[in-house]
Amino acid sequence: MLSAVASMSAMGLGLGLLLGLAARKFHVETPPIVDEIERLLPGTNCGQCGFPGCRAGAEALVEGTAPVSLCPPGGRELAMELVQITGADLDAGGARDAREDVPQMVAFIFEDHCTGCTKCFKRCPTDAIVGANRQIHTVITDACIGCDACIEVCPTEAIILRPKPRTMRNWYWDKPDPEADGGDLDMRRSA
Amino acid sequence: MSILSFSGRFDPARLFSFKGGIHPETCKFLSADCAIEDMPIPALIRVPLQQHIGVEAEPVVARGDLVLKGQLIGKARGPVSSNIHAPTSGQVIAVGHFIAPHPSGLPVPTITIRPDGEDRWGPRLPRLHPESATPEQIAAQVAEAGIVGMGGATFPSAVKLNLRAKYDLQTLVINAAECEPYLTCDDRLMRERAEEIADGAGIMAKALGVSEIIVAIEANKPQAIEAMQRHKIALGHIMRIKTVPAQYPMGSEKHLVKTLTGKETPARALTAELGVVVHNAATAHAVHLAVRYGEPSISRVVTVSGRAVARPANLRALIGTPVSDLIAHCGGLVEDPERLLLGGPMMGQPIQNPRVPIVKGTGGVLALSERETRERDVMPCIRCGLCVQVCPMGLTPFELNTRIEAGDLEGAAKVGLLDCINCGCCSFTCPSNRPLVQTIQYAKGKLAERDSRKHQQEQAKRLAEARTARHEAIAEAKRAAMARRKAEMDANKKREAEAEALVAGAVEAIKSKEAAK
Amino acid sequence: MTAPILVSGPHIHSRFNVSRTMMAVMVCLSPATGFGLLHFGWPAVFLFLVTIVAALLFEVLCLALAGKPILRFATDGSAILTGWIVALTLPPWAPWWVGVTAAGLAIVIGKHVFGGLGQNLFNPAMVARAMLLVALPVQMTVWVDPVLGGPGGLGFQQALAVTFGGDIGIDAVSSASVLSHVQSQLDAGQPMQAILAEIGNIHDQFFGYVPGSLGETSAFLLLLGGVGLILMRVITVVIPLSVLGSVAVLSGAAWGIAPDSFPPPQVHLASGSLMFCAFFIATDYVTSPVTGLGKMIYGIGIGALIFIIRSWGAFPEGVAFAVLLMNACTPLIDEYVRPRIFGRTRAGKPIELGGKP
Repeated sequence: MLSAVASMSAMGLGLGLLLGLAARKFHVETPPIVDEIERLLPGTNCGQCGFPGCRAGAEALVEGTAPVSLCPPGGRELAMELVQITGADLDAGGARDAREDVPQMVAFIFEDHCTGCTKCFKRCPTDAIVGANRQIHTVITDACIGCDACIEVCPTEAIILRPKPRTMRNWYWDKPDPEADGGDLDMRRSA
Repeated sequence: MSILSFSGRFDPARLFSFKGGIHPETCKFLSADCAIEDMPIPALIRVPLQQHIGVEAEPVVARGDLVLKGQLIGKARGPVSSNIHAPTSGQVIAVGHFIAPHPSGLPVPTITIRPDGEDRWGPRLPRLHPESATPEQIAAQVAEAGIVGMGGATFPSAVKLNLRAKYDLQTLVINAAECEPYLTCDDRLMRERAEEIADGAGIMAKALGVSEIIVAIEANKPQAIEAMQRHKIALGHIMRIKTVPAQYPMGSEKHLVKTLTGKETPARALTAELGVVVHNAATAHAVHLAVRYGEPSISRVVTVSGRAVARPANLRALIGTPVSDLIAHCGGLVEDPERLLLGGPMMGQPIQNPRVPIVKGTGGVLALSERETRERDVMPCIRCGLCVQVCPMGLTPFELNTRIEAGDLEGAAKVGLLDCINCGCCSFTCPSNRPLVQTIQYAKGKLAERDSRKHQQEQAKRLAEARTARHEAIAEAKRAAMARRKAEMDANKKREAEAEALVAGAVEAIKSKEAAK
Repeated sequence: MTAPILVSGPHIHSRFNVSRTMMAVMVCLSPATGFGLLHFGWPAVFLFLVTIVAALLFEVLCLALAGKPILRFATDGSAILTGWIVALTLPPWAPWWVGVTAAGLAIVIGKHVFGGLGQNLFNPAMVARAMLLVALPVQMTVWVDPVLGGPGGLGFQQALAVTFGGDIGIDAVSSASVLSHVQSQLDAGQPMQAILAEIGNIHDQFFGYVPGSLGETSAFLLLLGGVGLILMRVITVVIPLSVLGSVAVLSGAAWGIAPDSFPPPQVHLASGSLMFCAFFIATDYVTSPVTGLGKMIYGIGIGALIFIIRSWGAFPEGVAFAVLLMNACTPLIDEYVRPRIFGRTRAGKPIELGGKP
């Protein structure tokens, strides 16, 4: 009895000591991750996260004051990558859409309302709006990141964000209804 | 190979074949004995400008123009695009958008022609004499005629004929397997136009610079095999008519080549790597017409079948004929179809609106009744492994399905998602009736979307950086200009000061001189 | 015209479905079941019915609790089949509550706790059997002589008393099954020759004129049903062959080396429980690997474990434990044994040209 207690205690102590030593010896200095995060962010400094620029957003993320889903242009993919880096919970911090796939938004200019004031395209971080003084502007959807910057400055509210239009080229089948095998729902109209 | 290919009861194809595959009820008897009929010219013809893989063609006619049969109305844009010709004479009444013959039902650029009923030919392409023409001339003629792969893949045929520049080719395979159930258009074409197909094959072989031609026909088409046997001389070459087992998906290019040669095409590569180019039998026929008679690709044979159709038939219809017209010509529908399909029942595309037109790649119009689709409730996967047994690509569909349902698309990609060819064997066999193919297609689309989004984000980042750099450069230039001006001003001041000092010195000197005097 | 349905292809489907599969298995189980019921008489019939009805009731209960559509899932036949298989593994004269408990364990713990049809890691029937073997060692090993059930056996009234009254009441019941007899005699130091002489001829064993579980006595009829399953393409030949093969090879080798301490291979092969396992238990879709090679590994594993447990284990019969242990390995086998992707090497790289065709 006594020998059993003694041997177990000795073993516990010994192993504990070993673990403690190993933790010191193989201690890894965690590198500052702000730079790494900033590299992942779009770098357009659009300000949608509520911080002045991507750098500030990255800092806030590291401090824990911003959720991983802070960056709408980055979307779900970015959030997933950020989760991998920061180890944060995807749901934490009110990350409402992080798990869902939000459709990609792009700016769209109502041509009747556009006065050609050039404010929007001066503001666009990716040069996705083309046009000239007193001529109707238009959005290059492939370059637009849906950042809102142009909408804020438009004096005639001629710009809205809308989901990126589906074309034959980017169309694909819907995911079959997951309810189909749980409930008696028919999957007939899922497409 | 040649030792194995002697005719006789011994079937070398049995030796190789491929792993997996299924044997669905073919239902070809519905239309196999119906001779090809000419479909009358419909009241309206809608010709989509996107009938091929690649960029859509550019319209070269305008609303109100009168066009003649065979006249170019859409010009190929870019290397993997294809010309579009007017299927009959008439007036262009719209150059705009119409519902695509595609499950998405999205609008696609379309030219609408109201036929004048006279079917007047415009100037045809200059005829070529394949015996004396160069391979380049033949390929150019095929490109000019707007011929695309008529088996359904719709890859521009001329691009495939030009593969000789990049690969060391030995064999042309004419794919007449027609493994999709219901479809009989290639079968009929071979029975009725064997000689012309053989000629087309010979022309293509010449363009490819190969001397070996194999015509692969599934064993369930004995009349077609016999017809091709009778006409196996193609431009001086003797074609080898090979019977392959009736096994779906035998018509898949890579699986057909595996069956014929025993060689497996590497993943993500073309069969041309093995020295083999595969063309469809209907494509060979179109090439014959284009080269010998200068006729562009403006019509094709379509099988109209399914038990919801009153009188199944094989029709030679103009490209752009509405599906509803084809069905009406076959006596209409006898019941509400459960599915309306373009193509075969395995890989065909469902459509919702019967007004959409047929295109160059449409081999069939099927109206399937409920008892044919055998649609049942979806049950949970019981891991029976049938999908693994039948998958001709050696994938584990049930596992892909589980991963995709759990949202793990990257994991699915790691176990072969992108190698899937959408053949449908897994969904066909699944005893739980799970929509495996749709799930897999969804995942592929989603992954592609993510990729393009990522790519786009990188581009946006570059654009933003470029913009910042530009702004900085402008600011820098301004700063530099300011500095330069400041420096100039300073220099001026200094010079002035120096001058003043000089003057002052001189004055001083004079003064002192005068004082000395 | 109503708008046709828009879903991706394929738009036709094979005739095969889950209920048909279950039906096919039941049809193939029928000969052995009928034989068992005939030979063990009314008590066996009662137990069989009680177990199946209980399985169905537990299934409905679990579906209702899980909020799944009851009608569609309860009628797929899987619950009835589970109940059926569980019943066949019970001692034929066991009281009714053993059947109910077994059905409950199989359906609730074996199947629905894991998430229902297709989600279970372990074979439900074997979960029930293993648990009962451990929990009710006495009730689970009361074997009766088949003669007692025959035409000259129990009447209907007496049978009711046996199943529902807990009144076995006949002295002759505590007969031993062949394998337990062999084991106990070996433990008692009897030479193998003498034991073999005692257990009667192999012919009786193979055709099922011996004491044993309700439906596991006739190896012959089980083999017949199994061949039927293979012919109907419900199962492939791989698992049965590898299970039987590995048992035959291992027991043959052991017998060849030490004929005094190991029974000859035919004693193993003629046991109904091994046949039952090879064709009906180990081939359960949900809990077995999906690739051919995986199935082979799994089958050989089960065969080897059966032989090991039978030879050196505490239980004379090792099927349940062998199957459960290999069930646990199934996810691992499926992860590592994959089919080769067309155009790729086993490692997943595109194949190189110029190598072997």
